[in-house]
Amino acid sequence: MKKYTFTEKKDTRSGFGAGLLEAGRRNPNVVALCADLVGSLKMDAFIKEFPERFFQVGIAEANMMGIAAGLTIGGKVPFTGTFANFSTGRVYDQIRQSIAYSDKNVKICASHAGLTLGEDGATHQILEDLGMMKMLPGMTVINPCDFNQTKAATIAIAEHHGPVYLRFGRPVVPIFTADDQKFEIGKAWMVNEGADVSIFATGHLVWEAILAGEQLAEMGIDAEIINIHTIKPLDVEAVLKSVAKTRCVVSAEEHNRLGGLGDSIAQVLVQHDPVPQEYVAVNDSFGESGTPAQLMTKYGLDAAHIVQAVQKVMQRKNAVGKASLASL
Amino acid sequence: MSQERSIEEIKGIAVQVRRDIVRMVHACQSGHPGGSLGCADFLVALYFKVMKHNPQFNMDGTGEDLFFLSNGHISPVFYSVLARSGYFNVSELATFRKINSRLQGHPTTHEGLPGVRIASGSLGQGISVAIGAAQAKKLNGDDRFVFVLTGDGELDEGQIWEAALYAPGKKVDNLIWTVDYNGQQIDGSTDKVMPLGDLRAKVEAFGWQALEMNGNNMDEVVETLEKAKGMCGQGKPVCILMHTGMGYGVDFMMGSHKWHGVAPNDEQLAQALEQLHSTLEDYEIAK
Repeated sequence: MKKYTFTEKKDTRSGFGAGLLEAGRRNPNVVALCADLVGSLKMDAFIKEFPERFFQVGIAEANMMGIAAGLTIGGKVPFTGTFANFSTGRVYDQIRQSIAYSDKNVKICASHAGLTLGEDGATHQILEDLGMMKMLPGMTVINPCDFNQTKAATIAIAEHHGPVYLRFGRPVVPIFTADDQKFEIGKAWMVNEGADVSIFATGHLVWEAILAGEQLAEMGIDAEIINIHTIKPLDVEAVLKSVAKTRCVVSAEEHNRLGGLGDSIAQVLVQHDPVPQEYVAVNDSFGESGTPAQLMTKYGLDAAHIVQAVQKVMQRKNAVGKASLASL
Repeated sequence: MSQERSIEEIKGIAVQVRRDIVRMVHACQSGHPGGSLGCADFLVALYFKVMKHNPQFNMDGTGEDLFFLSNGHISPVFYSVLARSGYFNVSELATFRKINSRLQGHPTTHEGLPGVRIASGSLGQGISVAIGAAQAKKLNGDDRFVFVLTGDGELDEGQIWEAALYAPGKKVDNLIWTVDYNGQQIDGSTDKVMPLGDLRAKVEAFGWQALEMNGNNMDEVVETLEKAKGMCGQGKPVCILMHTGMGYGVDFMMGSHKWHGVAPNDEQLAQALEQLHSTLEDYEIAK
């Protein structure tokens, strides 16, 4: 197992803030909008440097999405900022008609996604956003794993033409990816090469997958870990190449098991190479108040649950192998 | 920068546009003739007299006036006016609402129809989009205007009022919002379905400069739109309450919500066309 260490923890939303500033410096057409959550979205630095390119819309997310769509008519590259819940479910129809169907170059940037929002509880902990966004034709969906990757992704989407949903979070998490990385939309990142099982993880679950990989190595299991930062378009080639070797899959995400990364992978497997898959995801429920760590444990999204899922899926793989042999 | 056409000439164009509307909805036996007929004079005034625009379509519309149709169901009038002003061939009007057409039931950019800058149909979204386009113009140092049309039933949507609060609050003063104030929506009169109360007082209280006009009097429409342009640039957007008759121009369709979304039959089409004499050439109906 390749060794990953970190010297610092930071929130991925701060990676967004840093990336937005950099994108703004590189392209004068980059503009930003926020629905009364500037501090939470870490947009202060952009606003300080480019006050005339920032639009405070107040607590009116539907209007924000429409204004963002309009700003593209005239060549602007708008980044909207609010919580993931208010970036998706609250404004689904606005995104669908005025942005996705109209093919507008809007970057929907969503913080405080998933359970790790913590104490505010289920009203704010959206676990359905990846599903909603990936179902929109033409929408690119990205869920980076740490500060550096979120910053790189933010810069990359400014250079990509078309609507994008960028999802990140509230808590501080280890920084373990390179600060000078080039972010390639749609290109999965090989975290660790292995032979026994493919763990496809996204967002905060990538670090948990690394912790799980270390425990699995001690148990003699050689896990391949792949960071699927782009949910759509999915890196189908990377998925198939990995399962050709490992013959079983665990998907890991901070999302409802319905409609998220796991389902995207399952669809690829069932069409091209059916192998056993286990899901590490929220089991079709709402969240609740608690600390991020408590919630990730209670809802089965930590390293320990990834280890359990690997054991289970490997048993299934081996059982299938035996069954095939028996039938010969 | 008004276009050099006489009021008489554009009145004639409006009659032809009304012919196009009833022929389009008749041919596909669906669509929304009522609001389309009521807004024909307004759209003709914009595209043939008031707006500076280029039918060699370019999405950004730099240096041009822009128009956004928020109440997308009145697509027949929009398509007719775009075709008659040169954005695409009038023969394409025959494809309205048919399979493989660029003239979808509600306007969209998806099929690349020249003249359309945003999809609309799900109501309440157009003012927000127009605000964004108006603010992009300001950032780009482009001093042209942005026009947006909504229905009055559409004002039931909450997003309208988010946008109504924003535009004056953020001094979007290159924006002219017109309300098709015909007093009708699908389930009946606006008074019955959802009373708008004193609409002028409401928009003024939000900080808009308000104007009213008879939307079926071409002289008044052109005059009011020119006046609205003159009121721009002073820190406040402009809202025009446009009194129209739903179905205006076809006697049996006038003033009733029943013609909001119903197509005429063969006999009704003939009766309507008798009242609307062709001023330009009719496009050919596909066999």
